[in-house]
Amino acid sequence: MGVEVKVENLAKSFGKQLIWGDVSLTLPAGEISVMLGPSGTGKSVFLKALIGLLKPDRGHVYIEGVDIPNCRERDLYEIRKLFGVLFQDGAMFGSMNLYDNVAFPLREHTRKSESEVRQIVMEKMDMVGLVGAETKLPGEISGGMRKRAGLARALVLEPEIILFDEPDSGLDPVRVAYLNQLIIDLNAQIDATFLIVTHDINTARTVPDNIGLLFHQHLAMFGPREMLLSSQEPVVAQFLNAQRVGPIGMSEEKDADELAQEASQGMPALPPIPAQLEPSDGRPRRGQKTPGEWCRAHGVTPPPGSFQDDVSLAPGATA
Amino acid sequence: MSLATVSRPLGTAGKLFAFALDVFMGLFRRPFQLREFLQQSWFIASVTIIPTALVAIPFGAVIALQVGGLIQQFGAQSFTGSAAVLAILREAGPIATALLIAGAAGSAIAADLGSRRIREELDAMMVLGIDPIQRLVVPRVLACMMIALFLNGLVSVVGVMGGYVFNVVLQGGTPGAYLASFTALAQLPDLWQGMVKAVVFGLIAAIVASYKGMTASGGPKGVGDAVNESVVITFLLLFVVNFVITAVYIQLVPAKGM
Repeated sequence: MGVEVKVENLAKSFGKQLIWGDVSLTLPAGEISVMLGPSGTGKSVFLKALIGLLKPDRGHVYIEGVDIPNCRERDLYEIRKLFGVLFQDGAMFGSMNLYDNVAFPLREHTRKSESEVRQIVMEKMDMVGLVGAETKLPGEISGGMRKRAGLARALVLEPEIILFDEPDSGLDPVRVAYLNQLIIDLNAQIDATFLIVTHDINTARTVPDNIGLLFHQHLAMFGPREMLLSSQEPVVAQFLNAQRVGPIGMSEEKDADELAQEASQGMPALPPIPAQLEPSDGRPRRGQKTPGEWCRAHGVTPPPGSFQDDVSLAPGATA
Repeated sequence: MSLATVSRPLGTAGKLFAFALDVFMGLFRRPFQLREFLQQSWFIASVTIIPTALVAIPFGAVIALQVGGLIQQFGAQSFTGSAAVLAILREAGPIATALLIAGAAGSAIAADLGSRRIREELDAMMVLGIDPIQRLVVPRVLACMMIALFLNGLVSVVGVMGGYVFNVVLQGGTPGAYLASFTALAQLPDLWQGMVKAVVFGLIAAIVASYKGMTASGGPKGVGDAVNESVVITFLLLFVVNFVITAVYIQLVPAKGM
């Protein structure tokens, strides 16, 4: 289970403005990856290019041998059945209640009887904690519930690749923690490949196996979690630790004067790398690695205090 | 003026045409969305029937008044009925239908699809492996065409009755002469071309509205703009197409000899 997603030299611009170019990365099968980036760097655009909702100007996205941007529409609709996508606001169908929304993909794509549909739908509704709200319309529930309902709908077809567009925006910290745990547990259960687009740093530090960072129209870095969290690369260190010192300014990029001014300050020391979230039932995930494995293999000394369970999750708290 | 500014309207027209072709291809894809088709037919009928009937009465009346006055000056009062029937069947019926289909049904379709578009519902649908053109647009286009056909019939009947009432009651026309001259000028092909016009108008209105709705962008304001543009474009197209069909019809079908 789980499918590898291979992206090669992807580039997209709107009119004359380049959104990002030269993006090449591989989402390893069955692992959780996070795509980070300051607001407006085209993270959602990247997500849409992956599923073929937007056609990139150049490049390839290979999934099971199919090149998404250049395949026929019929193949595209076929390959999309491998995907489950959670949109920012859940994208529930406003004219249907939650039950029908979640049942929709099953009724359209399978010949399951109503009782089988009911069983699957209720199982997924239970998974996201929405039992009892089946008859509500999307307009009648809170944003967090819509998001969870969207997740339930994304899960009913047993997808091999699950994409999350900012699952944590607009949710309170407790719900975000539950959602992150749910993502980890789901990955342990169904082994699908996950890609989460977010700018929540707690999520990025504790959930994924891999992290990517989009900045200034290119992919600044993509690799294992420990590689980015121990990286001294200014952009990566600044973003992952929510600092003001670094190349990212209020409006995209800082100019040379500002950078020269900061040169004397120096980057603050990296905070310890927190332990990765583990599945709640204790069974290991396929992509799970021993803490510190990457650092040891590559001769990188992790910041002091890393991989201890009591490390504070809040970035900057220990600095 | 650069080439881009000149070619942009052409590009839009081309995209609209490509969209129409996609819809046409979608017609033959199975499964046909019968449920959506019935729901949409019912919805379009419910928003158009009453306004259409209300518009048809003054339409018929105005024609009866104008034609009645003119014809009296020529001294051919006995043909008032035939002239009114001809005008309503050939032009007034399809035009009134077009106005209502574009204004009521078209705007509703554009608003519905537009809001689905900006709420990312259409994206979600595509991601779930369902083509929104086949699932949503094709049933709407077919429903619009069918309801336009029926509305045309409704306008014709109500318009002719309105004309009769105004001619007989207000202008003191002779009821017998009005009825007797019904078939003096009008002939069966007039009815057919009225129906063809109505169906074509329904098609155009639904295609333009769906296209505008599905390409809406820029939040709630974008939906408003899409609705506005779809109604304006549909009106323009419908009047041009109406002229063309009328011109072709007059060339093809000889007027009835008296």
